[in-house]
Amino acid sequence: MTSALYTSAPDPSVERHTFSVLVENEPGVLARVIGLFSGRGYNIESLTVAEVDSVRRLSRINLVTTGSRMIIEQIKNQLDRLVPVHKVHDLTVEGAHLEREIALIKVVGKGEKRVESLRIADIFRAHVVDSTDKSFVFEMTGRPDKIDAFIRLMEPLGLIEISRAGVVAMSRGTDGI
Amino acid sequence: MTTVPTKTETQAMTGAEILVQALADQGVEVVFGYPGGAVLPIYDALFRQNRVRHILVRHEQGAVHAAEGYARSTGKVGVVLVTSGPGATNCVTGLTDALMDSVPVVCLTGQVPTHMIGNDAFQEADTIGITRPCTKHNYLVKQVDDLARIVHEAFYIARSGRPGPVVVDLPKNVVMAAGEYVAPTNLDEPRHASYRPQLDPDRAKIEAAIEMIASAKRPLFYTGGGIINSGPQAVEKLREFVRLTGYPITNTLMGLGGYPASDKQFLGMLGMHGTYEANLAMAECDLMIAIGSRFDDRVTGRLTDFSKGSKKIHIDIDPSSINKNVRVELGIVADCGRALAAMVELWKKRRHKPDAGALGAWWDKIATWRAKDCLRYRQSADVIKPQYALQRLYEATKGKDVYFTTEVGQHQMWAAQFLKFEEPKRWMTSGGLGTMGYGFPAAMGVQVAHPDALVIDVAGEASFMMNMQELSTMMQYRLPVKAFILNNRYMGMVRQWQEFFHGGRYSESYMDSLPDFVKLAESFGANGVRATKPEEVDQAIRTMIETPGPVLADILVDQEENVYPMIPGGAAHYEMKLGPDHGELKETTDKGMVLV
Ligand SMILES: Cc1ncc(C[n+]2csc(CCOP(=O)(O)OP(=O)(O)O)c2C)c(N)n1
Ligand SMILES: [Mg+2]
Repeated sequence: MTSALYTSAPDPSVERHTFSVLVENEPGVLARVIGLFSGRGYNIESLTVAEVDSVRRLSRINLVTTGSRMIIEQIKNQLDRLVPVHKVHDLTVEGAHLEREIALIKVVGKGEKRVESLRIADIFRAHVVDSTDKSFVFEMTGRPDKIDAFIRLMEPLGLIEISRAGVVAMSRGTDGI
Repeated sequence: MTTVPTKTETQAMTGAEILVQALADQGVEVVFGYPGGAVLPIYDALFRQNRVRHILVRHEQGAVHAAEGYARSTGKVGVVLVTSGPGATNCVTGLTDALMDSVPVVCLTGQVPTHMIGNDAFQEADTIGITRPCTKHNYLVKQVDDLARIVHEAFYIARSGRPGPVVVDLPKNVVMAAGEYVAPTNLDEPRHASYRPQLDPDRAKIEAAIEMIASAKRPLFYTGGGIINSGPQAVEKLREFVRLTGYPITNTLMGLGGYPASDKQFLGMLGMHGTYEANLAMAECDLMIAIGSRFDDRVTGRLTDFSKGSKKIHIDIDPSSINKNVRVELGIVADCGRALAAMVELWKKRRHKPDAGALGAWWDKIATWRAKDCLRYRQSADVIKPQYALQRLYEATKGKDVYFTTEVGQHQMWAAQFLKFEEPKRWMTSGGLGTMGYGFPAAMGVQVAHPDALVIDVAGEASFMMNMQELSTMMQYRLPVKAFILNNRYMGMVRQWQEFFHGGRYSESYMDSLPDFVKLAESFGANGVRATKPEEVDQAIRTMIETPGPVLADILVDQEENVYPMIPGGAAHYEMKLGPDHGELKETTDKGMVLV
């Protein structure tokens, strides 16, 4: 396997994987995870973290990364090796799962463009959470690719700012993590 | 988090007293350290007791390497105590070394008081941040009541699973506060909430492995430091299994001593400067059985051409070692000793017999590689060949209670080639990090653990100068370490690469203004001895061994000797270079040639 950081040509075998990692909610645990990725040259497309169990003091990290199959397997094993990590789930290999993201999108414009942005927002089920006579802030929840699509459509209509929360993910069906 | 020892008895003590009590309860006999402001309360607590001994080193890097030497020669955890800021940063090389070579070390670092953390206080460093990537785990102790639990946990993490260094950062106010001590429970295998190394192998995988091993035609065992770290069971079961099968075995640099070097099934070390037979067997085997080894790039050479025709079984306690560099057909996560015990049992139960015809043909092939006699070198009547000096050293120490450490460079590779290890834990070298300056302090740690043994650091003169201050420590504690310095007046390994790959331009690799090592020894109150001609080598070795106390032996060797065989970095095993005159060497005079 070649280094994840210095691969020369774009590798056709690169896959996108979504991980959910249960960790001890203690100071420094996020730094360990991020340091692992930067130190070993792994890619982070999205990362979210929040406490999910205040009694057992567990946090959940949702992580979207890319790499060849060997790199993805390494990422899983390297994460698992960190002392405060309880469980690592590669949701992409474990079966059907959901991915959701929330985004705030600010669009400034007048006239027909303004009307058009509202019409598209309606189709995408984005809500207006702030407006002035020249601007809207849309709030949208959905799959990351749906948010990408919405943003693309807003570009010619006066898009000026985007804020995205990153991916949260969960397996479908009855099984818990 | 986690290991919650039951409070058997609790009593109010200071943090420093709690720390010392925890060390004693963890079976710590000795700590290698250096004081400073942030750890003065701990030094005060050490002063007022006599269970834990303290060895005052002369540089904190020396303390970590000494702890490594202690750990690797005993199998116990090595312990370091240093102050905040520069004390902690001086440990970084040693910690990285211990991480790369899987050495169990607990490093206690002082820290500024909690209320000053983050204020750029005097001798403040972000020790946790700095050491995060060079430790297996690290802890900042924020309250005295967490202290005992964290120290016990640190020892467990350091010694269990794939061993490694653990840092415990101790703010001064925490070690001064009054708190309660909790004793460790269940020293061997405490339950940890999130850290649970997998020790037992998957039964079905062991069965699959046995079938692959039984049906192999050109099998090879390739074992590493994991065998030694795993302990006596792994060493014993490896011997048994290798002999049961009759298959050849090679060891990594870290794995030397895991299998007896004198055994006829042993092919020597593999890798960049490994033997011809070991590397060609790797290239041409049809089944590679990797146990406690990690397919390091110095072992594999060019990955795309690495042993293309073989199936591979890889047994390791660290899941991330499997399929990291080389894809294997069967990966088994387990403690090497337990996996080997299960394999031996199953092999016997199924009454497996290797394919005698195929195995015979495989050994015949290996015999032709062995006949190359790849470690052969041209003896000289006027200058000391480093290989010769090491052969004589080996002969003079064979059968003795002897431990070897090394520095890093040519001398290290020659030591690996020419010293023979029959047992584990007798050979301590910096493999993964390649740390010049490792060997001398590591030898000191070995000597502390084995006061009556002969402990020899095989050194290069450049490496030796990186941590030679520890001679002062050795004098203070009467640690009779011997440094066998193969002095070529060059950073030999650098010079060799410059000769091969940089047109012979020896940029900054000549060691100018070297000290007189004999006088240097004398200035510390130690002894020195020098050999400049081949006929002086034996006497110098004898003097070195027989003179009480530390001795520096300055062996002036051939300046431009190169290490062979060599697989150039990024080349494949079959592109191995033998010596410059290998094959052309005319077997005319027996004297001119030394056989190994
Ligand atoms: C701390 C450190 N710095 C630099 C190197 C790179 N390096 C590897 S071998 C070597 C030369 C070692 O010279 P010496 O100790 O005299 O050993 P020799 O090769 O001559 O036997 C150097 C500089 C290293 N391994 N470690
Ligand atoms: Mg040298």
